[in-house]
Amino acid sequence: MKVKLQHIAHARSGDKGDISNIAVFAYEPEFYPLLKDQLTGDNLKAFYNGAIKGPVLRYLVDNVQALNFVCHGALGGGVSRSLCLDNYGKALSAAILGFEIEVPESLRSKLHGQNLII
Amino acid sequence: MKKTIRIGAGAAWWGDRVEPAQLNAEQGDLDYLCFETMAEATVSAAQVRARRDPTFQGYDTYLDDRMKAVLPGCMKRGTKIISNQGWINPDAAAQRVVHWLKELGYSGVKVASVNGSLITDKVLSLTDKILENGEPTHTLKESLISAEVYLGAEPIVEALRQGAQVVITGRVADPSLFMAPMMYEFNWDPADAKRLGQGMGVGHLMECGAQVTGGYFSDPGFKDVPDPWNFGFPIAEVSEDGTAVLSKVEGTGGAINLQTVKEQLLYEVHDPANYLTPDVVVDFTTAELREVGVNKVEVKNIGGKTRTPTLKVSMGCTEGFIGEDMFFYAGPGALRRAELAKKILNERFRIVKLKADEVRIDFLGINAIHGAATPKDAPEPYEVAVRVAARTKTREEAIKVGREVDGMAVSGIAHTGKRVPHAERTREIIGVWSSLVAREKVIPSIKYFES
Repeated sequence: MKVKLQHIAHARSGDKGDISNIAVFAYEPEFYPLLKDQLTGDNLKAFYNGAIKGPVLRYLVDNVQALNFVCHGALGGGVSRSLCLDNYGKALSAAILGFEIEVPESLRSKLHGQNLII
Repeated sequence: MKKTIRIGAGAAWWGDRVEPAQLNAEQGDLDYLCFETMAEATVSAAQVRARRDPTFQGYDTYLDDRMKAVLPGCMKRGTKIISNQGWINPDAAAQRVVHWLKELGYSGVKVASVNGSLITDKVLSLTDKILENGEPTHTLKESLISAEVYLGAEPIVEALRQGAQVVITGRVADPSLFMAPMMYEFNWDPADAKRLGQGMGVGHLMECGAQVTGGYFSDPGFKDVPDPWNFGFPIAEVSEDGTAVLSKVEGTGGAINLQTVKEQLLYEVHDPANYLTPDVVVDFTTAELREVGVNKVEVKNIGGKTRTPTLKVSMGCTEGFIGEDMFFYAGPGALRRAELAKKILNERFRIVKLKADEVRIDFLGINAIHGAATPKDAPEPYEVAVRVAARTKTREEAIKVGREVDGMAVSGIAHTGKRVPHAERTREIIGVWSSLVAREKVIPSIKYFES
């Protein structure tokens, strides 16, 4: 079944200059391999559809079952120069929660936000 | 030597709430209360303000509020305070703390100020390349406002050794504010990368305050936390080897669990195995997190590698202006009207010959936050704000943005909602660039004051 990422992972973004790091954390250990396989740096960059101008580096952080995406050119030239209303990119990590991910039917009961699955 | 020490957070940024700091001071049973109040551009913004406003003291504008709130609790318990509220004038901030100590009736308290971070006058001779673009740093000569080095924990440790109960600094790396008491109390060797790595890792978890206790976290239906209007700031109970248990004052809202701690572990981190700080290179990839009780998470085994021979220097530069304004549409057809308004503004900017490096006209409610990443099938909202911003070289050009939005009031289209009177619609840009400076070229100094 395909679900939005928000059912298997949570995320937080942080800023440094013109770089936003978007960290994505598996809710359950079983979800981590799905993230590793399907949420590549290229897929994430494509999903942001031009909002991230530069390269995206992906770091695997196995000990906390997380992927850390370091997104260059994501903050409009830098926090102080950006014309974006959200110049720190604090809300940037929320977009990736809409990424569609294939999850085996057997993990359905482990999905988070059961009432909000559409 | 003590077996464990308790370190609490008092602020995560300049505008942070004061009441959780007071609560930590009064009920946290703390040995140390640490305040982080600076953002990347804080020092440069303070320099600009100091030039224009002779009444500005050069330190955290909330210093009085914070100290009045926490000094009684801290003095009663014997809690030491470490704070980067000194901004560009740690001496004046330290003297102000002395003033409040006297006012509140605490005499004989030693207050230290740590200077040496500001290197504006010599930065161009001490640095080579700008990290962000590879250009020589001397290309910033004309626009440079201020340059400051990120100091580490060592000068704070020295001040504590000399008996300071309050230590006020300028720019110090945020986690170092929290690691300094560990180094001092447990007598860690500055070259002991393993211990310092763990200590800085804990400092990193603490420096954003409520972001590890449920702040910047709640997502209804997915990640709910109790009483998100009443967060406690974190407290780390640290053992001699740096292992820490994170907790918060009983009865406060929010949560400390594996999710909140994991999110903060990677906050603003790039390569998780090599997080550069002045004191040590931190390796988060070995961290072990364990829930050991309700709102209690143990953090251990964060790694450390020998610190680099250089320190990061941050250079703030004048880079022009941003002009911005906003107006509104609602009801059926709101988006259609907003789109026509955008077209009108673009034409107007052409007619008034706006000279801008970048212009952005967004529809708040649709694409003002995620821009190009907004899904194509996002539903049309009932209300739309048109938000327009331009980056320009001069203030005169930036003013044009607001002036053209003014024109939308009677010369615009049907049902245009507008804010009048409006606040300041231009602001100066302070661009921040980074470089590296040889460690031995930076010599911190410490002064002592007494109440």
